Amino acid sequence: MADDEQLRAALVEDLDAGFEAVVRAHGDVVHAVARRTVARPADAEDLAAEAFLRAYRALRGYTPVRIAALSLRPWLLTILLNTARNDRRDAARRPRTDGVAPVPDRPARTPGPAEHAESTELGDRLATLLAELPTPQRTAVVLRHVVDLPVAEVAAVLGCGEGTARSHAKRGLDALRARLTAEDSEETA
Amino acid sequence: MTDPLLTALHDLAGPAPATLAERVVDTWVRVPGPLGEVYAVAGARGVRLVRPAAHAGDLDAFLEGYRVRHGRPVRPAPRPPRGLVPALRGAGPGPDLDLGDLTPFAREVLAVTARIPAGQIRPYGWVAREAGRPRAVRAVGTVLARNPVPLLVPCHRVVRGDGDVGQYLSGTADKVALLEREGVELDRLAALAAAGTRLVGSDTTGVVCFPTCHHARRITAAHRHGFAGLDAARAAGYRPCRDCRP
Repeated sequence: MADDEQLRAALVEDLDAGFEAVVRAHGDVVHAVARRTVARPADAEDLAAEAFLRAYRALRGYTPVRIAALSLRPWLLTILLNTARNDRRDAARRPRTDGVAPVPDRPARTPGPAEHAESTELGDRLATLLAELPTPQRTAVVLRHVVDLPVAEVAAVLGCGEGTARSHAKRGLDALRARLTAEDSEETA
Repeated sequence: MTDPLLTALHDLAGPAPATLAERVVDTWVRVPGPLGEVYAVAGARGVRLVRPAAHAGDLDAFLEGYRVRHGRPVRPAPRPPRGLVPALRGAGPGPDLDLGDLTPFAREVLAVTARIPAGQIRPYGWVAREAGRPRAVRAVGTVLARNPVPLLVPCHRVVRGDGDVGQYLSGTADKVALLEREGVELDRLAALAAAGTRLVGSDTTGVVCFPTCHHARRITAAHRHGFAGLDAARAAGYRPCRDCRP
C-alpha cells in the first residue's frame, strides 16, 4: 500500500490518477466502516463510492498546499460518515418512490444471508450488538477496533479530543462485552 | 491479540469489493465512429457519455469538461467497453448504458428512441406519445438535444413532423449524413411532406405506416396511398401498423 506521503504527491501531480491510487489504498478501510454504517452489503459499496466521489469533488477545489497537509484516512472517513448522515436525512425527508427501502437509522439487527465475512456465530452477534450502540460509541469502536485506527485518527474523525475518543471506544467495548455475557447467561440459564 | 472480543471485532473488517475503484473512477476511450472518431466515457455500470471528437474538440478540454460537469475522475481505459465499437459500426445490441443521472422522463424518451430501427425516422411528437406524454413534444426535443449517448441512442432518427430533419447535437449536416448512411431517402420524404403526406397505406392490407417503416417500403406504387394523418387514414378504413405505431 502506497503511503500517504506518496499519495498526496500523486494527487498534486495528477489528481485523477492520484485519486485512483487513493481509492485503492484506502478503499478497504472506507468500505469496512461503510459496512458497519448501513444494513446491506450492497449499500456499503454505494455509500463508499459516493463518499469517494465527494472527496474527489472537494479535492478539485483544494490548492496543492492544502492537499499536502491532508491526513487522508481520517479525512476520507469523516466524509464517509457525513455522507451517511446526509443520506439518512434525505431519505427521511423525501421517501424514495423507486421501491428501494430507505437507509435505516441504524444498521439492521439481522445480518443477510450473504454475510460471509461475519459467518462466525460470534461475528453475527457482534455485528448486531454493534449496530445497537449509540452512534459515537459505535463509530469509536468501529474505527478503533474493527479497522484498527490509532486513537489520534479516531479523535480526528469524531471531532473530539483523544481522551473522549478513548472513552467512547472503551464504553462501547464494555457495553458489547456486557451484552455478550448477558446473552450467554440467558442461553445457559 | 488474545481477547476474543477484539479478535472478533477485527474480523468484521473484510476487503472492499474489487469493483469499488471502477465505481468511483470512470474511463475514457477514443474510437472510430460513423462520422469520424468519438470520445466515450464509461463508468462501472455502462457508457455515460459519447461525443464526436470533431464536435467536442481537444481531448483535454473534453475530459476537463466531463470532470467539471459530472464531478467524477476519469482515466484512460485499457480497452473500449464491450459492444461499443460494433455498435458505432451499426452492429450488435450496443454496450450497457449508464443513464442514472437523467430524469425518469428523459430515460423513457431515450428508451423509446433506442427502439427506432436503423434506416427509419419518427417525428418528435411520436416519441412524446410513446414516452407517455403526448403533449411534451418540445421537452422531447430538449432531451434529445442533450442526449448523452448519441449514436448509441439514435436521436438522429427523430425528425420534425413537417419533414424538416430538425436540429442535431453536432449540427444538421451530421444528422443528414447519418440518415443517408442508413439509407433514408430524405429527398423522397421531403417531397412527400411537401405534398402534405405524413403516412402511407396499402390498399391490399389496409395498414397505414410511417413512410420509412419497412412495411411501407414494400408497398408497390399501384397500391400506395398517402395520408395527411392518422385520422384521415382511419376515416378511409385503414388501421395503424403495429410495428411503427403511427
